[in-house]
Amino acid sequence: MSIIKIENLHKTYNETQVPVHAVRGIDLEFQEGEFTAIVGPSGCGKTTFLNMVGGLDKPSEGTVIIEGKDIALLSSRQLIDYRLQNIGFVFQSYNLIPVLTAGENIAFIMELQGKSKKERTERVKDLLEQVGIGEKIDVRPGQLSGGQQQRVAVARALASKPRFILADEPTANLDSKATEELLDMMAEMNRKYNITFVFSTHDQRVINRAERLITLTDGQVTEDISIDR
Amino acid sequence: MIIQISWKNVWRNKARSLVIMSAITIGLFGGIFSYAVMLGGTMQRLDSAIKNETANLQLHNPAYLLEDDIKNSIENPQEYIQFIEQLPEVQGISDRLKSTAMISTAYGSSGVILNGVYPEKEIKTTRLFESITDGEYLLENDQIPIVIGDKLAKKLNADVGDKLILSAPSIDGEVAYGAYILKGIYDTQNDMFDGMQAFIKKGDLAELVGIEENTTSEIAISLFDTELSDEFTAKLSDKFLSKIENKSIVIRTWKEIDPLIGMMVDNMSYFGWLFVVIILIALIFGIINTMLMVVLERVREIGMLMAIGMNKIRVFAMIMWETVFLSITGGIIGMLFSLGFITYFKTYGMDFSMIAEGMNSLGFSSVIYPEAPLSFYFEVSIMIVITAILASIYPALKALKLHPAEAVRE
Repeated sequence: MSIIKIENLHKTYNETQVPVHAVRGIDLEFQEGEFTAIVGPSGCGKTTFLNMVGGLDKPSEGTVIIEGKDIALLSSRQLIDYRLQNIGFVFQSYNLIPVLTAGENIAFIMELQGKSKKERTERVKDLLEQVGIGEKIDVRPGQLSGGQQQRVAVARALASKPRFILADEPTANLDSKATEELLDMMAEMNRKYNITFVFSTHDQRVINRAERLITLTDGQVTEDISIDR
Repeated sequence: MIIQISWKNVWRNKARSLVIMSAITIGLFGGIFSYAVMLGGTMQRLDSAIKNETANLQLHNPAYLLEDDIKNSIENPQEYIQFIEQLPEVQGISDRLKSTAMISTAYGSSGVILNGVYPEKEIKTTRLFESITDGEYLLENDQIPIVIGDKLAKKLNADVGDKLILSAPSIDGEVAYGAYILKGIYDTQNDMFDGMQAFIKKGDLAELVGIEENTTSEIAISLFDTELSDEFTAKLSDKFLSKIENKSIVIRTWKEIDPLIGMMVDNMSYFGWLFVVIILIALIFGIINTMLMVVLERVREIGMLMAIGMNKIRVFAMIMWETVFLSITGGIIGMLFSLGFITYFKTYGMDFSMIAEGMNSLGFSSVIYPEAPLSFYFEVSIMIVITAILASIYPALKALKLHPAEAVRE
């Protein structure tokens, strides 16, 4: 079942004298439960593409249809709420709130969703166990390793029970061991909850684990292959 | 949790937060304490004026206010005295005979206002006897006693027991002379009063100027509660309406008798507010600057929060709460400091003896007991919150302008 449908997606930046065409006519569909990596050299439009899919940036042309809904038609407030309820984000630099503990970072997004304290407490515990750092619930991000912080970030992305997770270069700041562990964990979540994962990456270790590989070159899809693993 | 995050964010950069909190603490302490000193000084001045000089209200013949001549006395004063002294609000009533005079010793002379009083009545009405620093206050049985102020005594080089010569215009237009024994010297710390007012027995003054003893220039009334001055004046005005209308009598409260003090008391809270508001306005820029730095430092974090679904109202609230916490913490410390210092000095007094001469010449005591009503602290707290909210608007708007897609990659 198609969860995301992208039609003729364009993004042009006009801030400079010469317009920059970051994304040029992408047509794609993502199915529920896919584990997809978008690859390509720096500047090929991976992040811009993910931002538009996640509703963080508006396309210059084309549509992003998520579960039959064109997100361009949503108001700013509806779009924020849509992101909160449906999309999980994992960033390259983890982007955790440093003054909150690992548990509080995860609980925070559920509080924004209006979940009860009981539900938050139970889910936080459960998620941290699942990402393998249950004992770090009361530890602040500054006292965690990069890999552990990214696990918290993944747990946070999962906390809102999203339809899909967008991960922008999630392993760029991690060493090999932490990367492998993170990928194992995300692959397990993907299998367990059938959550769609879309990565932007040029990390070969991520590429090796992806079940679908989309290559972008100069803002266009130049290759889209499914890999049976 | 937004409130929790905001509170924790205050302590992320302790040094910076402590600097701005210290500025708020010192600024508020300065404002509140200055106000308390001004208010304390003014209330002492008011208290001193009522206790020693004016009493709560006075009755005069209106003509006396235009020309303070002994002839412009109150007609049939007993009518007023008998009615007023039985009223429950009245602490004391003193009918005085007043005359200008020249007072002399071998050393020098000076113009004075002579107050002829009944000592027992005066003691119930004013507290001047408490300000006697040398000798004693007048007694009914004393022979030709006089009490003068410290300032005048120095000018005349007079000591208790010395003979002072008074010359005053008599009722028949001649200059009458009399010798009096200096019974006591008072010091109200108001140089103008201490240098001008002399007190003798009413009978002695009447005899000096050749007038009947029941002649009265002024009826001074003190009340148990100063707050009732206006209400009591209205009550007397109703009672003696016809006398007022035919200009036989005029009733004035201490505010009308000494309008400068009245103005100071009425406007003191405005001065206090002016101080505090100016300080808060100055602080607002410091707070804005701090919060702008906060926003600029946390661009990525704010971008992330917006990306994951934190709406604009919550982002605004987060910045606003942080500003309020920052300001309130500094404000509370400032108010606690103020409360502590004011409480201490209210008990032990602030000694301004270095500038005593200047303060006494303006009628103020050289030892000030600062005071500030609790309502002032409450109002200042509200002002701090308002200041913080105002200060948070610009940095919060800056935060709201961030584009999450760009901000998360900062």
